[in-house]
Amino acid sequence: MSEHVGLRGNAWFQALTGQDEASKEDPASVLTAEVMIGDERALFLCVIPNPGSRFPCVRDGQVGLEEGYTLAHRVREALNADKDKPKSQKRPIIAIIDVKSQAYGRREETAGLFLAAAASSDAYASARMAGHPVISFVVGHALSGGFLTHGYQANRILALDDAGVTIHAMHKEAAAKITRRSVDDLERLGERILPMSYNVQDYAKLGLLRQLLHVESLIEPNQSEVDEAKNAIIAAIVDARKGPPDLGVRRQSPAAQKSRKAGIAARALMEHEWKKV
Amino acid sequence: MIETIEINVIPAFVNRGSFIELNGRERAQALFDKGSWRELVGPFDRIESPWLPMQGVAPQFDDGCIVIKGRITGKPAVAISLEGAFQGGSIGEVSGAKMVAALDLATIDSRDGKPTAAILLLETGGVRLQEANLGLAAIAEVIASILELRQYAPVITVIAGTVGCFGGMALAAGVSSYVVMTREARLGLNGPEVIEQESGKDEFDASDRALIWSIHGGEQRVGMGLADDLVEDSVDGIASAVQHFVTAGKPTQHRSEQVELYRRRIASLDASSQIDPLALREQWKGFNSKGRTR
Amino acid sequence: MEHIEFEYPNAQRRITNRAHVGVVGSGDMEVLFEPSERAGAHVSIATSVNGFRGAWQAVFDRFFSKFDGSVRIQVNDAGATPGSVLLRLEQAVEALGQ
Repeated sequence: MSEHVGLRGNAWFQALTGQDEASKEDPASVLTAEVMIGDERALFLCVIPNPGSRFPCVRDGQVGLEEGYTLAHRVREALNADKDKPKSQKRPIIAIIDVKSQAYGRREETAGLFLAAAASSDAYASARMAGHPVISFVVGHALSGGFLTHGYQANRILALDDAGVTIHAMHKEAAAKITRRSVDDLERLGERILPMSYNVQDYAKLGLLRQLLHVESLIEPNQSEVDEAKNAIIAAIVDARKGPPDLGVRRQSPAAQKSRKAGIAARALMEHEWKKV
Repeated sequence: MIETIEINVIPAFVNRGSFIELNGRERAQALFDKGSWRELVGPFDRIESPWLPMQGVAPQFDDGCIVIKGRITGKPAVAISLEGAFQGGSIGEVSGAKMVAALDLATIDSRDGKPTAAILLLETGGVRLQEANLGLAAIAEVIASILELRQYAPVITVIAGTVGCFGGMALAAGVSSYVVMTREARLGLNGPEVIEQESGKDEFDASDRALIWSIHGGEQRVGMGLADDLVEDSVDGIASAVQHFVTAGKPTQHRSEQVELYRRRIASLDASSQIDPLALREQWKGFNSKGRTR
Repeated sequence: MEHIEFEYPNAQRRITNRAHVGVVGSGDMEVLFEPSERAGAHVSIATSVNGFRGAWQAVFDRFFSKFDGSVRIQVNDAGATPGSVLLRLEQAVEALGQ
């Protein structure tokens, strides 16, 4: 598990927005900013570690109760503010992602963390369905419930092409323990079984990513990398606006047609049989 | 004409009408008006996981997801049922795709003037780790598709046990129009084992059954207002609850839209020590809450 | 993972129904019975437990000594015992109704 989890999110959020602190009304773990990208204002959101959180299980950057509902609140704020605007003027919503996972805590389960996650997912999806271009930029880790809560409802997903970037259903050490394998075994499995790989270049072969961006710097991006990222985000915004507001694009890329063959076949057969009942 | 027969393998003398004792297919079938239903993309179509055999794991012909289309109290409906006994009801590429496709087709029909409710029978631990990223991506798409359909017709999640509803699929329950649970059922983002593993035994003792049900169990979830209906484990009782919500149609507001209410509730949580579940039930009853709780 | 196939050319009786029984839980199996397009009966097994071809052969020999049907049988198995296998096959025949 990279010890840099959460630091990249903070660094990229600052590089893209010029800000590095949460609003006074929000917990310190949720950064939001309304700044220009290209020639329009966009809402940027990022979840970062808050070692001072009153919830012990989120202090390393896990997505917990406050994080889920704050994300939902901020996204719905933008949704409501733009609700009467034409589609071309609905502000883009950009999720910067470097999250360890969801919070693994008793308080969280007692107070219904699943609903906090659902509320955030709902808000992002509702914004997308209303016509906001929702773009996710994975700069570090995007794991399981954390990614479902913050970023996986986006129209388009971008990721840095780097060994420090992991998109997966469960971080390696936890997955190893729960499947009673060694981390080495898991990594070897990932070389044979594409969806199990921890390598972001393999993730790209699943057809879910719009683009992989190359970077040289480990944590702090240099100016040319920031400019390249901005251009990639702007292009993703334009592309998102051109297409329908659902997630169908994730099945349509050439990579998806190859890697998701069985799922695509199941869907086609379902469509065929549905009509006959 | 080829006739397909599924048999209920439970001998009559032990069949108390328990819903939990039925397998995923039987549970879905039990919800529909007699003679009104048909299974889609069933085991005879043999669309299996391509990934499991590569790892020496036996696949299932329906990949653990059963889709049944028909009528409930005369209204068009589709049931999507996860088989908890197969890989813990976990979501893989194919089972996820079947769920998403059925939801999307119900949405298309609903938009075309034929509102079609969806009933999700969720016995699942979430993502199938043997298919990791395809399972996770499928769950994101399930969430998206529920959000589309629930604008037009109710999406009713039923969690009966014994697997319960955990992992990413708990978000599917969270965005549903209604959630029906039995006492035996459990609902949560993280199960006790993974919390103990990640945060230690003091945080959550996974061997403490009373603790588990006091937090994740159906009675607690309904008491907290996080689920809508607590029903006895009986086929008639659960079918009846489903009929009720199919007839009720869309709720006035969805639970996952009530962000301000939940922000207030979380802001007033005392996180300095573990939270007493029963005390929290009482505390939240004091908040103004919209939507149904029985 | 093993794939095992058997042929029973003497199983001639025409079958027109189909049946599905079982769940691929740990220690369990599922089976499809369908009318065979070719003469005889054809069995194909996918099992996650290797090295038991002989046991499978014995179970199916015993099954076809009592059941005469030109069927295509397909099994997904996660470690069912021979007794459980026979039970599932008998349940499938009952479901078939032929």
